[in-house]
Amino acid sequence: MNKQTILEIKDLRTYFYVKAGTVKAVDGVTLSLDSGTKMGLVGESGSGKTTMALAMMRMIRPPGTIQGEIILDGVDLLKLSEEEMRRTRLSQLSMIPQGAMNSLNPVMRIEDQITDGMIDHGMNINKKEQKDVVAELLKIVELPTKVGSMFPHELSGGMKQRVCAAIAIAMRPKVLIADEPTSALDVVIQRQVMETITRLAHDMNLSMVLIGHDMGLMAQSVDRLAVMYAGHMSEIADVRDLFADPLHPYTIALIESLPILGNRGVFKGIPGIPPSVINPPPGCPFHNRCPRNMPDICPHVAPPFKEARPGRWVACHLY
Amino acid sequence: MTPLVELKNVTKVFGGRIGSKTATYALDDMTFSLEADFPHIITVAGESGSGKTTMMMLLLGFYEPTVGEVLFNGKNIWKLDKDDTVDFRRSVQAVFQDPFAVYNPFYKVDNLLSIPIKNFGITKDKDEARTIMENALRRVGLRPEETLGRYPHQLSGGQRQRIAVARALILRPKLLLADEPVSMVDASLRATLLKQIRELNQELGIPVLYITHDLTTAYHVSDYIMVMYHGSVMEAGDVEKVIRDPQHPYTRLLVNSIPWPDPNTLWGHAAEVVRGKTIADNQGCKFAPRCPHLMDICVKAPPPLYRVNPTQVAACYLYKGCTEIEKADLSSLFPKKEESIEAHTV
Repeated sequence: MNKQTILEIKDLRTYFYVKAGTVKAVDGVTLSLDSGTKMGLVGESGSGKTTMALAMMRMIRPPGTIQGEIILDGVDLLKLSEEEMRRTRLSQLSMIPQGAMNSLNPVMRIEDQITDGMIDHGMNINKKEQKDVVAELLKIVELPTKVGSMFPHELSGGMKQRVCAAIAIAMRPKVLIADEPTSALDVVIQRQVMETITRLAHDMNLSMVLIGHDMGLMAQSVDRLAVMYAGHMSEIADVRDLFADPLHPYTIALIESLPILGNRGVFKGIPGIPPSVINPPPGCPFHNRCPRNMPDICPHVAPPFKEARPGRWVACHLY
Repeated sequence: MTPLVELKNVTKVFGGRIGSKTATYALDDMTFSLEADFPHIITVAGESGSGKTTMMMLLLGFYEPTVGEVLFNGKNIWKLDKDDTVDFRRSVQAVFQDPFAVYNPFYKVDNLLSIPIKNFGITKDKDEARTIMENALRRVGLRPEETLGRYPHQLSGGQRQRIAVARALILRPKLLLADEPVSMVDASLRATLLKQIRELNQELGIPVLYITHDLTTAYHVSDYIMVMYHGSVMEAGDVEKVIRDPQHPYTRLLVNSIPWPDPNTLWGHAAEVVRGKTIADNQGCKFAPRCPHLMDICVKAPPPLYRVNPTQVAACYLYKGCTEIEKADLSSLFPKKEESIEAHTV
């Protein structure tokens, strides 16, 4: 497989300044995405997943700040001008937002919403071509052509989700970020939508970042998995390695807490709650819940995020 | 023996009268009863629109049935006298889905816990009330000194949901209805919360009706399961059997779509999904338009419940050779069994 890196994030920090102090929503995250692969990004609510997606799209509004490097195909997005960044969004890097069902304009026909961004990015599409463009995109996401002339309220949740996917891939971006694309859908529909998204990522050779909290969904659909905890990256590994042999104590506890077939009635939760990301204390963010906490180092020094074994990155003093 | 609660041929229709074109059958001729004298957890599972929340609202007396009766100790809950109403309200308690919406943000947590003590006259003594509150909080694994005196916004979703369980416990209910209690709680806290519900169920001997769309948690926490689709029961029985070896095409579709958190147990390829077919004048099985095994008989009359094995029934003509059971006997599939208790305390 072609192991070219398409997206590289180095020491990304996204801070917000509020009355109570500094919210370190994303605090020094490093990851790289190979061309044509799907990476999952999991974490509890408040762990910084969505902030990360917004930071990658440079959609954090001041006074929130983004620091670090986001290198998409050799270009550092954080160094682009606002206009250049605007042109990059959708055409190079696009996103299926969280709650995509509520992100469609209720008073605009689907066909117009699909081509809106394309026209804005300088594509010349006349009325006649629009029908063809829309029909093709709808076909890719497995929707009937007639959906083009409908309004969002006429569609079900799964269909709206597919429309959002069609919009996101309309300009054949290099990287697609999908933020909880199926969180409000039933299992059957969730599976269908997920299969469509992964199939089109494969067909179009898209690289994808799939954000979510459902480890089950990740196990089913991604190649590599990144685990976030309280704004920090805990572990990144190939999905099979991560499930078979998790390294970080948080990942271990998280996987043990999941319900699996054939292990009925065994519950293993993680005691305690995640730390606040407002003025976080020094040291490892997981130390106070960690069963392998080493009192002389963990509460004081934040563990570096490094490659503990080939292809396996982890932030823990154990390694 | 009279069951604690019972739905007797209950139909609930929204958006029009029975038979009118606009009417939606949220629950369609449902008969179901629940014994209170042994601790077990029954899951009511289904997608959105399957009628699972409607069933809970009917059991709580928040909705009045369009047809049929909801009975508590053999009496219609809409015709109870004052004492029986108090008894009913106290005996049937609920925990709701959204731990953020059930609290009044202006009151401290103490308020939520003290209201039931006051309203049901559990004690007038302030110190005793405080002890009751503290004990209930400890039961759900919270430290009272860190919980009482706080406002809801100072607590996490998991903590709030546990307080909701504690509130229900104060009243020593005979039945606990839990509507998606963990769907808005993070994965790491989900297992802890489910474990506590299971422990309370066993220790205090309170049966629980667990309403969910998540078959993975249902499989873990419950003894029995009832799979609903558009207001009717499709399959019911022992949870181990139903999830491991589903018989009804709808349950198979659901089970096949569970994203198990294991890269080696991938989604089965057998998702035979039929989409968007409409059957004019369907008098039969509600799942027929999506069913890969559609037969002529399916659209003529609704299938009865066939007993596919001693602990499992499926409402599907594929099992036509099996014995039929009456709708009223549905609860015979949820027998009292001692071994389940041991199996779960391992």
